[in-house]
Amino acid sequence: MLPAFLSPELGLIFWQLVIFLLVLFLLGKFAWKPILLALKEREDNIEGALRMADQAKIEMQQLKAGNEKLLTEARLERDRMMQEATVMANQHREAEKARATAEANTIIQQAREAIQQEKNAALAEVKNTAAKLSLDIAERILRRELTDPAAQTQLVDSYLKDVKLN
Amino acid sequence: MKRLLSILLCFVSLSVFANEPAGEGAKAEGFNPGEMILHHIGDSHEWHWLATDTGNFTTYLPIIAYRPGKGVSVFSSKHISNGESEGPAKEYDGLKLEHEKLVSTDGSKLYDFSITKNVAGLIGSAILMLVVFTAVASGYRKNHGRAPKGIQSFFEPIIVFIRDEVAKKNIGPKYERYMPYLLTVFFFIWFNNLLGLTPGAANLSGNIAVTMVLALMTLVITLASSNKYYWAHIFATPGVPKPLLPIMIIVEVIGIFTKPFSLMIRLFANITAGHIVVLSFISLVFIFKSWAVAPVTLAFGLFINVLELLVAVLQAFIFTLLTSMYIGGAVEEHHDADLQIGYNEDSTAPHVSH
Repeated sequence: MLPAFLSPELGLIFWQLVIFLLVLFLLGKFAWKPILLALKEREDNIEGALRMADQAKIEMQQLKAGNEKLLTEARLERDRMMQEATVMANQHREAEKARATAEANTIIQQAREAIQQEKNAALAEVKNTAAKLSLDIAERILRRELTDPAAQTQLVDSYLKDVKLN
Repeated sequence: MKRLLSILLCFVSLSVFANEPAGEGAKAEGFNPGEMILHHIGDSHEWHWLATDTGNFTTYLPIIAYRPGKGVSVFSSKHISNGESEGPAKEYDGLKLEHEKLVSTDGSKLYDFSITKNVAGLIGSAILMLVVFTAVASGYRKNHGRAPKGIQSFFEPIIVFIRDEVAKKNIGPKYERYMPYLLTVFFFIWFNNLLGLTPGAANLSGNIAVTMVLALMTLVITLASSNKYYWAHIFATPGVPKPLLPIMIIVEVIGIFTKPFSLMIRLFANITAGHIVVLSFISLVFIFKSWAVAPVTLAFGLFINVLELLVAVLQAFIFTLLTSMYIGGAVEEHHDADLQIGYNEDSTAPHVSH
């Protein structure tokens, strides 16, 4: 025969079974279910929030990288445009300069030609006038029939005096 | 962890044996510590709160007895109990108490369903659990989606620990179905262990009927949730040569029952042993009838009592852990680890056993 504290009593077994099952049922329905659900929900929420934060971080980084890229591109574009503009301006200036030089050269050439023509014309006139004067002087000398050589020279001088004014 | 536990358990049970002779030695005197201790850890039909010079404060609990042929009789134990005082056994309705055991005077068969001290304590702890955990649950309703508060924040880490460290790890993906049982059994054992340490309260978790019911529930749940791999493991243990199978089958089938049996004995013995040790140290005062023994009684009594607070939660944890291990073994889908033994000689990976 087992000592009393080692032998399970029927009454206590019965009550333990009934009350424990009742507690299990009631706690399962009114405590464990809502508690475990709430815990799970909260954990899911936290996990979701963390994941969203991570995603937002990645998106932010992507956005930042995109902005940086855009900025770099814009800077490059600007540099390119500046360079192009400089090149074009230089070209333009060179072309203008070349054109102006050419024009100036043309004008100078024309002026030179005109001067040459004028000079030729003037020389021709001088030649003509000299020839005419010589002819006149010779005619007058011949006409007066001078005997005296001094008088002849005087006469030539007087004639030459008249010529000077012209 | 397990080694530490077993050392602790050894310590507790060893100290029980070490103290037993001390109880026996004092029989000649008027005070019998063995009887006193057994009375304290045992069940009773009245709830004796405390004794003073003017008398005992006792609550008489209802007697509910069923006798075939005579039907059910319900009355207060006041009619048959002498309380703590000595006296001739009182009789009522053909029933009397014999060493706290209800018997009929004519010796006929009797089924005792009385609300004994343990049953009353059981009802009390059940109500306490319902109040506490519905309060915790209402915390989740009130602080929906927010941080826990008050009693809720005290129990939440424990509930999460049972879920993550005990259920999830040992049962696997199907753990959710067993959570209500595991949580109920953990808190039931813990609460009753602590209540059992309270002076004047019932020693419920140190009662073998209670631990037997809990162990049987674990057995029923394990068998009810077992799959074909569990039974294949029992009747055709992988890696065992054919001639040895009959022996293995017997061993494995006995194993089904020794597991819950060990659960029953472990909890009962640990709690009972703790009570016996504490009561033994208190008995020293009455045995020696001297002030000189007070420091020893106080120091050791206090030490064992604090140790018992640890054992209270430890035993609840062990019961829950082993229950989830047994359930985990029954619901496990495949036994890769077991198949490796004997078949995979060149496998260098060490076999991890539970």
